[in-house]
Amino acid sequence: MSTVDQAANAARFIEDRPHEQYFDTLMWSLREARDRSAREVPEWEELRDLASAIKEHTLSNLAEYLEQFEASAKRNGVTVHWAHDAHEHNHIVADILNRHGAKQLIKSKSMLTEECEMRPYLENRGVTVTETDLGERIQQLDDEPPAHIVGPAWQKSPHDVARVFAKAYGSDPNNDDPVYLAHEMREHTRALIVKADAGMTGANFAVAETGAIVTATNEGNADLSGNVPKLRICSVGIEKIIPTNRDLAVFIRLLPRSSIGIPITQYTSHFRAPREDGEMHVIFVDNGRSDRLGMEKFWPSLKCIRCGACMNTCPVYRRSGGLSYGSTYMGPIGIIMMPTFDIRRFSELPFSSTLSGSCSNVCPVKIDIHEQIYAWRGVMDEKHQIKLAKKSAMIAAGEVLSHPELYRIATFATETALKLLPRFAIYNDLNAWGKHRETPAPAKQTFHEWFKENRQKGQKE
Amino acid sequence: MGPKGGVAMQVGLVIPCYLDVFYPEVGIATLELLERLGVEVDYPFDQTCCGQPMANSGCESDSRATEEHFIRLFSRFEYIVIPSGSCTHHVRNKFIAAPPSPEREHVSRHVFDLVEFLHDILKVTQFPWSEFPHKIALHNSCSAIRGLHMASMSERVHDSCFNKPKALLEGVKGIEFVDFARHDECCGFGGTFSATEEAVSARIGYDKLGYMEAAHADYIVSSDMSCLMHLQGCARRLGSGMQFRHVAQILNGDRQ
Repeated sequence: MSTVDQAANAARFIEDRPHEQYFDTLMWSLREARDRSAREVPEWEELRDLASAIKEHTLSNLAEYLEQFEASAKRNGVTVHWAHDAHEHNHIVADILNRHGAKQLIKSKSMLTEECEMRPYLENRGVTVTETDLGERIQQLDDEPPAHIVGPAWQKSPHDVARVFAKAYGSDPNNDDPVYLAHEMREHTRALIVKADAGMTGANFAVAETGAIVTATNEGNADLSGNVPKLRICSVGIEKIIPTNRDLAVFIRLLPRSSIGIPITQYTSHFRAPREDGEMHVIFVDNGRSDRLGMEKFWPSLKCIRCGACMNTCPVYRRSGGLSYGSTYMGPIGIIMMPTFDIRRFSELPFSSTLSGSCSNVCPVKIDIHEQIYAWRGVMDEKHQIKLAKKSAMIAAGEVLSHPELYRIATFATETALKLLPRFAIYNDLNAWGKHRETPAPAKQTFHEWFKENRQKGQKE
Repeated sequence: MGPKGGVAMQVGLVIPCYLDVFYPEVGIATLELLERLGVEVDYPFDQTCCGQPMANSGCESDSRATEEHFIRLFSRFEYIVIPSGSCTHHVRNKFIAAPPSPEREHVSRHVFDLVEFLHDILKVTQFPWSEFPHKIALHNSCSAIRGLHMASMSERVHDSCFNKPKALLEGVKGIEFVDFARHDECCGFGGTFSATEEAVSARIGYDKLGYMEAAHADYIVSSDMSCLMHLQGCARRLGSGMQFRHVAQILNGDRQ
């Protein structure tokens, strides 16, 4: 696949000002809600330290905790599967469904199944997959991937949703009352939930000591998906493991507050054993995670608990829209995760950041996200993934800026400066700069010339 | 007011490339201000740049020679002062293109943003020669806030509030600060980003400008001229009459 041009995608998103403004306002309101709820917890920063330390400990002993989980789960009557990559995961799911003759699958939101592109895989094999998370369902009906890891359809206004539902369900396209829309969705999916042959959930956490898969949701759809059909499948990234319920308590305090600024989600569900006469399968997925764990600079992204706080606070994400990243994970956390999946395809993502550092400071598990974005830029240069035009400009700038005599020639005549300076002052070309801004006017005299004229006499050697 | 006990200290002054060419008046104000405070200022004449443009673009190897040049010129100073949080952040925290050496270490440890130097080293609180009877929106850059910790950040909700640029400006007669929405959100400049992702960069800048205008600011003031260069570009394109000043200009006595 070709390299994702996030900048071009974002520019298109911005052209639709009402939507861009709607999205930015909504995302910023979540950042504000996060601040308010963090303020109510005096030990907030200690919790972040603790959460980071628990994740670091668990990731450092990952194999042992995964084996402990497997032993606990087996005691609970759960079958545990291990998938090396996305294909193996999809194959295992299809195989389980096939053995039960299951053709109707309902599922709650799972970024992992998005990452594995499971839906098209199963649909090609005659399985109907129905998303039960409201936002995920909206995106499914509109044939779009999630635009945010917590609220997949947050990019859509209620009016947009009304149009999607009108097309899919024949509801009133002009009624954009959220209560009406939620009701429409419920009417249509509840029937499918009752009829389903199998149910699937992702996992917010997998607790090694209990063998429980824990989900935190507000809609209750994970409980319906996981409990109504007799056959339950949970897909879990191996980094979701935590040692004990005591550890879980730390994350349960941080996750909803960081995510949407509420003290706790409506449902915190522990799926521990199959229902009576049923089966429960847990599929642990690696899909590049072990390789990332071995990367000295980039393993900390495995601490991520998918709260989305870095996205909500990111000035670039809020104005770019989530789809502009062309990836499963988007925003700051997406920038540092995606190149581990495909370095060429996502080689431009590390440049879609102002490096403001806000992301690292809201992250509940203290991933140094903006430092990693910066480090990824260096990797892109090392791996020759920087566009030729930019690379040549940087080589030229490096040459001029390391030679004072060349620098003086470049800046002496202001007209020359205007032509040459962008390469190292604004770093690129003035045409791009000037599209939406006036270019700065060079002064009549540089500081250097002024100093020579006015102070050179006093210059000490 | 002056340095403690009136002891002269020698300072190596860095005037970043974009100030040299586009905003020499900020360099002049910085120099005059330091001299006014009794500091002996040395401006190494062969200086060029700190290397950030290349390193920020991922091209660290291309910034090596520039950073080595910087180290050669500045490693002899006890204090290296730059009127730019962004360049200071680079030299202090990201100056790794040149091979490690005691000189490199020295430069990173002894570099200060002008505001830090005035606030933390000289501990200046009053600027009796200055007066700025205007409403200003103070913009602190992300490098200054989250890189150099020159002000508390809104993300860390339990930290005690502090703001070094503001503390200095409070020593100027007549100045009035306005509160504006999203006060420490990024302005959208981002160095390389301003050109490679110009649409998003400008959009963030327009928004920032809008919040400051809504608060009836007459001037946007910052200790980072690169943010202001970007915001000024946005303002002029939108036909806004907003004025822009570097903190050094106001502290040095510019009245408008």
